[in-house]
Amino acid sequence: MSKKKSYLSMNRRELLTHSLALGASFAIGAGFVASPNAAWAVEAKFLKAPTLAKLIQLARDIYPHDKVSDEFYVLAVKGYDAEDKVKTIEAGIADLDKRAGGDYLKLGWEEQRVAVLRQMEDTAFFQSIRGGLVTGLYNQKAVWPVFGYEGESYSKGGYINRGFNDINWL
Amino acid sequence: MGAPFDLSDNNVVVIIGTGAGGGVLANELAQKGVSVVALEAGGRYLPEDYTQDEWASFGQLAWTDARTTSGDWRVAKDFSGLPAWIVKAVGGTTVHWAGASLRLQEHEFKAKTTYGNVAGANLLDWPITLAEMEPYYDLAEKKLGVTRTNGIPGLPPCNNYKVFEAGAKKIGYTKVHTGRMAINSQEYDNRNSCQQSGFCFQGCKWGAKWSSAYTDVPRGEATGNMEVRENCHVAKIEHDKAGKVTAVVYFDKDGKSQRQKARVVCVAGNSFESPRLLLNSSSSLFPDGLANSSGMVGKNYMRHMTGSVYAVFDKPVKMWRGTTMAGIITDESRHDPARGFVGGYEMETLSLGLPFMAAFLDPGAWGREFTTALDGYENMAGMWLVGEDMPQETNRVTLNTDVKDKWGLPVANVNFSDHPNDLAMRKHAYKQGQAVYDAVGATRTFPTPPYPSTHNLGTNRMSENPRDGVVNKWGKTHDIDNLYISDGSQFTTGGSENPTLTIVSLAIRQAEHLAAELSKGNL
Repeated sequence: MSKKKSYLSMNRRELLTHSLALGASFAIGAGFVASPNAAWAVEAKFLKAPTLAKLIQLARDIYPHDKVSDEFYVLAVKGYDAEDKVKTIEAGIADLDKRAGGDYLKLGWEEQRVAVLRQMEDTAFFQSIRGGLVTGLYNQKAVWPVFGYEGESYSKGGYINRGFNDINWL
Repeated sequence: MGAPFDLSDNNVVVIIGTGAGGGVLANELAQKGVSVVALEAGGRYLPEDYTQDEWASFGQLAWTDARTTSGDWRVAKDFSGLPAWIVKAVGGTTVHWAGASLRLQEHEFKAKTTYGNVAGANLLDWPITLAEMEPYYDLAEKKLGVTRTNGIPGLPPCNNYKVFEAGAKKIGYTKVHTGRMAINSQEYDNRNSCQQSGFCFQGCKWGAKWSSAYTDVPRGEATGNMEVRENCHVAKIEHDKAGKVTAVVYFDKDGKSQRQKARVVCVAGNSFESPRLLLNSSSSLFPDGLANSSGMVGKNYMRHMTGSVYAVFDKPVKMWRGTTMAGIITDESRHDPARGFVGGYEMETLSLGLPFMAAFLDPGAWGREFTTALDGYENMAGMWLVGEDMPQETNRVTLNTDVKDKWGLPVANVNFSDHPNDLAMRKHAYKQGQAVYDAVGATRTFPTPPYPSTHNLGTNRMSENPRDGVVNKWGKTHDIDNLYISDGSQFTTGGSENPTLTIVSLAIRQAEHLAAELSKGNL
């Protein structure tokens, strides 16, 4: 990464230049993870960048929604990049890699990764990540429209004049 | 003397809890001129404070103080510290409830007589009949403004209901309508009509749903005879040498221990906290806890046979638009052992927002089997199944002396395992619920396991014979003349109906009884 330029403002060419590793899903650099098309990037302050990338992939593999973009998964796990969580997360991801035969991200098919996760679904690490995602992912207001969910309506006067009974296919 | 009352005033009736039982009882007594101090563990939130955001609201209102669980119910695994989804606030769980207001049926007051001996169940007839309860149900329906009673029209059908009704009719059900709901279909009692916002569980921002928080509680306070002390957690009920209760010890909003003297104490802290308080009040005179000579305090915990069925269709439903629950099929709410179980169940529309659907559809599930279900959220319809579960002595609330709350008091452990009758009923209900949706073209249905309980019943049950239960037909404890139970823990059996209307009716009836006893000088 260039000294002055933030990873957040890199274009695709710069991103590729500065990436140490580039998989199908992520560009991983020194202290950052980004999407290969530079649509998003996230700094890894405490975790190793590959660890954070694996965590993002893990989140998607636990709750895969093809219409939900990576940003939401990134936001859902970003809180784990904290000083007091590093040890647990690095250990958990190390275990994940071990079970995956070395590198979780090298398993190209979701089915392969899920087979690994099935072996570890009763571990405290897996359950903690999964449990956290229930709110971390689905309680992001910005993700609700992807599911069609409209949320609160009080500010708009309820749904009484906004389609509470508009079903037309019965 | 009017409110506020002095701690040393031993003429007051102390009521613990301000929900459907305590809040109503407090107001009814205050209206009759009785001096009341109501101690409420939670804070006061009114419609302007409620938030239409499921998790934020849960954080605001839910009772999340420590509890523990055991038994083979799935809640003990998936929500081990949260056996119940109830409220800690002025108004109690009437802030959260869906509003379904149904009378128990005649045969349900006589469960033992009607169902006979069910192995492993501890069935008992109520010491009161439907006929005795009817005048109080009348009063309760007027108080709550229940739709389809007293000429109040039903709520309009929302999308979720329309799917439910169409399916019900296709499979031959005939008793289906938008429910008897304590939600205004038109303005009533100075409360707005329903604006179909959804979020009934998060506190009604329109005040269209009845809650004691903004009806009975302020009205009682307005008489000058009733004082509500918020954020006061009751630790112990004290008694004298003769075994009459004399005072209530509580931690106030600043965590300071206080002692309020009392002429009568009425406990209405829900079916976990009420028995917990009696057990935590043990003394040399009552070593097993107050009012526990029968050993029944905490036993026979019932939570209704519950479960849900959600279904995905090939077209949108948008079930979150509109009243959370406003639809019922009552065809299965009958006693017909030919179905393979005793008692019956109601089928009621229910919707959850996306955040709660993710948490409750199949707790612990992950992977595409789960996420593709949520992908269908916009096209989803849902119903809740609520039926009579069997009282069992082993389903019980006990003190967990290994886990203490912030005041150092042992917390409640809730042990629950389904009875074979509960399992048979749930299986039947899942099948029927799925059939309702399949009949209108569901592409996938989900028999969803029970949530943490909102209907919590039976842990201080009413009995004719003092050996069989904790309280008599007035809610007075068999053992202590001036100690009453005023919440759903009085229920002898659960029936198949949502319990709030019965809790309110019992509170109105108990207030009448108490006022009469007080004026006769019997208490």
